[in-house]
Amino acid sequence: MKTTGIVTGIISNLVTIEVDGPVSQNEICFIDLGGTKLMAEVIKVTGKEAFVQVYESTRGLRAGDKAEFYGHMLEVDLGPGILSSIYDGLQNNLKTMEGVFLTRGEYTAALDSEKKWEFTPIAKAGDQVIAADWLGEVKEGWLPHKIMVPFTFEGSYQVKSVAEAGEYTVEETIAVLINEAKEELNVTMKQKWPIKIPILNYKNKPRPFRVMETRVRVIDTFNPIAEGGTGFIPGPFGSGKTVLQHAISKQAEADVIIFAACGERANEVVEIFTEFPKLVDARSGRMLMERTSIICNTSNMPVAAREASVYTAMTIGEYYRSMGLKVLLLADSTSRWAQALREMSNRMEELPGADGFPMDLPAVISGFYARAGIVNLNNGETGSVTFIGTVSPAGGNLKEPVTESTKKVARCFFALSQNRADMKRYPAVDPVDSYSKYLEYPEIIEDLEKKIGKNWVDKIGVGKNIVLRGKEAYEQINILGDDGVPLEYHERFWKSELIDFVILQQDAFDSIDANSPMERQSYMYNLVLDICDKSFEFDGFEECGNFYKKLINILRQMNYTEFESTEFNKYLEQLNNEINNGK
Amino acid sequence: MASKAFQKIYTQLHAITKATVKLYAKGVTNDELATVDGRLAQVVKINRDLITLQIFGGTDGIPTNSEVIFLGEPPQINVSEDIAGRFFNAFGDPIDGGPVVEGETRYIGGPSVNPYRREQPSELIPTGIAGIDLNNTLVSGQKIPFFADPDQPYNQVMAQVALRADVDKIILGGMGLTNDDYLYYRNVFENAGALNKIISFVNTTEQPPVERLLIPDMALTAAEYFAVDKNEKVLVLLTDMTLYADALSIVSNRMDQIPSKDSMPGSLYSDLAKIYEKAVQLPDGGSITIIAVTTLSGGDITHAIPDNTGYITEGQLFLRTDSDTGKVIVDPFRSLSRLKQLVIGKKTREDHNHVMNAAVRLYADAANARTKLENGFDLSDYDERCLEYAIDYSNELLAIDVNIDITQMLDTAWELFAKHFTKTEVSIKEEITEKYWKDSNS
Repeated sequence: MKTTGIVTGIISNLVTIEVDGPVSQNEICFIDLGGTKLMAEVIKVTGKEAFVQVYESTRGLRAGDKAEFYGHMLEVDLGPGILSSIYDGLQNNLKTMEGVFLTRGEYTAALDSEKKWEFTPIAKAGDQVIAADWLGEVKEGWLPHKIMVPFTFEGSYQVKSVAEAGEYTVEETIAVLINEAKEELNVTMKQKWPIKIPILNYKNKPRPFRVMETRVRVIDTFNPIAEGGTGFIPGPFGSGKTVLQHAISKQAEADVIIFAACGERANEVVEIFTEFPKLVDARSGRMLMERTSIICNTSNMPVAAREASVYTAMTIGEYYRSMGLKVLLLADSTSRWAQALREMSNRMEELPGADGFPMDLPAVISGFYARAGIVNLNNGETGSVTFIGTVSPAGGNLKEPVTESTKKVARCFFALSQNRADMKRYPAVDPVDSYSKYLEYPEIIEDLEKKIGKNWVDKIGVGKNIVLRGKEAYEQINILGDDGVPLEYHERFWKSELIDFVILQQDAFDSIDANSPMERQSYMYNLVLDICDKSFEFDGFEECGNFYKKLINILRQMNYTEFESTEFNKYLEQLNNEINNGK
Repeated sequence: MASKAFQKIYTQLHAITKATVKLYAKGVTNDELATVDGRLAQVVKINRDLITLQIFGGTDGIPTNSEVIFLGEPPQINVSEDIAGRFFNAFGDPIDGGPVVEGETRYIGGPSVNPYRREQPSELIPTGIAGIDLNNTLVSGQKIPFFADPDQPYNQVMAQVALRADVDKIILGGMGLTNDDYLYYRNVFENAGALNKIISFVNTTEQPPVERLLIPDMALTAAEYFAVDKNEKVLVLLTDMTLYADALSIVSNRMDQIPSKDSMPGSLYSDLAKIYEKAVQLPDGGSITIIAVTTLSGGDITHAIPDNTGYITEGQLFLRTDSDTGKVIVDPFRSLSRLKQLVIGKKTREDHNHVMNAAVRLYADAANARTKLENGFDLSDYDERCLEYAIDYSNELLAIDVNIDITQMLDTAWELFAKHFTKTEVSIKEEITEKYWKDSNS
């Protein structure tokens, strides 16, 4: 029998309900407001009172209204049709909602129950299977979407039958399994999973051992992220967090992109809706939207659903990982998620931690980042979820709880600097403060040197050092004046400018420069390092500056032209001439 | 909002604070309005039969035996074409001596637009101010605040922008306006003969601060009526959002909520986002554009109010008094319109983007030259010319009293380039330079 309850208290979207039976933490209930059902989640229980956060506006609710508990946590539907969809934080399909405004209490199905999918069986009758084993496959866009034994199935099963190749809807039975108690269970292409629980149906989770190409130079060349790795991008407003994330989502070497727009501007999401359907994936030649799913809970949508949105995104990511795919999950911004936690904690009158955030914020953040990773599946394949979140630190100050908690768990730190943004040096990733812990992993070093070349990681160190020394020289020049320092300081400064302008800066709005594959990146980086290695003779700082400005200009033209094209080679020749003249 | 015949009247208050009262009552709905001793109040908390009411006018002089009548409805406003040209208070009652407006009754603070149903903003809103149109072009459906210190003439600039902007309706939401500023706006609107397209909701400093919490929702509900129902282009002016946020913190404080940064409520981001995100470009042509004012304390943008605002809005405009010319200018370095790329060079002349960047870059060179001068280093000829250019640039383009159209702004910029620099120094793409360069006679 279902537990029911009566509303006893309301403060904004926190409602207390007196219950007549058992309830569990995070259980979902529906409150009846004059026929409209408002979805809510249990977040605390004291005696007979359950505290629930309502995912909708509570306007018009009164003490005495009835609630019904559903006996399960917040779940999402997993099955073909997730890609190219646009969901809210609770996985309601925003495309099928009627009207211009979001209607309270309107919930739409995540998967189209009528669409037919071309199914091909993988398993056959008699096979022994366990949860997450692949039973068959459908084509979702161009991706092989595996139909798996539901993750909730415990123990081992014998396959009694698998449907023949043909067209089926997500509601139709595609396999019958027999459990150890000899009961028959029907499996469809759709399954449910609670978003706050990680999907752990894999063999093991090794340390990340290969890099993931994003085609953003300041990441790939200077601070590479591993496949299955974690990273975060903190930065004050206006420093280009969103542009950087969009660039990564367009170009990264991933099969599936899940984009969680969590508490951010609606117009930015509209930009994705408008742009992505027009963009072609450089690797597959297919539309970018076909491999993308957007979870969109903008800042004006209910705050409790915002908290759910990142988990919804992560669960979908883990689902595709179980198919042996490379998933890239992006969340913009995790600070808004943390603020949603703060709002609820505040209403429950919990004792606050730093800046009013709940005490368990670091634990919640680290628990979330821990769900990313590369995994070995039971059938020997690998799949991965790589996670990059943005952080919007209050006042641009990185010493605040969300940034600090995230810094402890994320392995890559892409710090956006206000100073670089003011100078229009984009992406404004600070070359000195940012880091990638993966550069310390022997597995990653081996992978990089195998893919790019010997001593690559040492070369990264050399480049970083040039930038750092250039920065120091610049400070000296500023204090002592152009004439007040030895010429060598100017050379140092200009060498760092060379790396800055040619490698670190990248035009996200130029189709060629924005999309820089690793081969091209290493070519350009080696070219620049070779120049930095040379010594030139100058008659004073002005000549030095002019010389390097010329080189920078040619190298930037190279960045803007097709790699190894005639034009590219023409610039290369020009560059070599200049270098020879400089000697 | 008169009482109805069969309403139950309560006469026993259980508790009184400076902004709220508590009493026992049955069947009360969340968010509904009530009157307490004739003053308007709203339900903010329900704990079984114990109801907490926030009294907009404050609780001064409220007796424990006050008459409390629940109205059964959340705050609402009557909308129709007739509200054009009218002035209302925070409750939507006329304050211009005119009759009560008949029309459709709508609850304020309604639901959000489905993000999937939004259109990408793409229509330019010209204001005649070059600091905005040339460098930080506004787009319909955008939300952008002025970040200004209290001594700057932001209300004048807002009024100017409102009157020049090519829109169908202008809605003013005045929060904590001084009576003088309120009369200023009224005067300017009347003199411009534009009253028929302006609707004002005003809370002055003479009225209780908590009342202003209703102003943005009143203004935006009226805006949605014109934008959604009538497919009109609506410009909403909100001044001053800092005073709105202050009112939020007063209420949260009275309700014993734990404050977060700068003693603002923990929900400040969501509270502000709910307002600003009403800015929208609708598929049927209607739009709501929001220009707000956020006053700063000593230019500090790290304070919780401007900081949260910056993360929500699509850019910000800074006003600054230029020491060279003594004029108030729109600061080209710190101001930003995030949506300008959607219209620059697309809805304006092809050279717009190039001219804008070159002009600002040369102005930045002037700033560097000034630093050199201040540090006692020698100035080059180029530095000298940059400094001269900076004066012309701020006088003829950045100053807020300039009122020309965008093509004229571009032509003016080319004239300044030719007057002070060579083509290489300006360094704009050759084909563009050849087409627009103005040979200077001076």
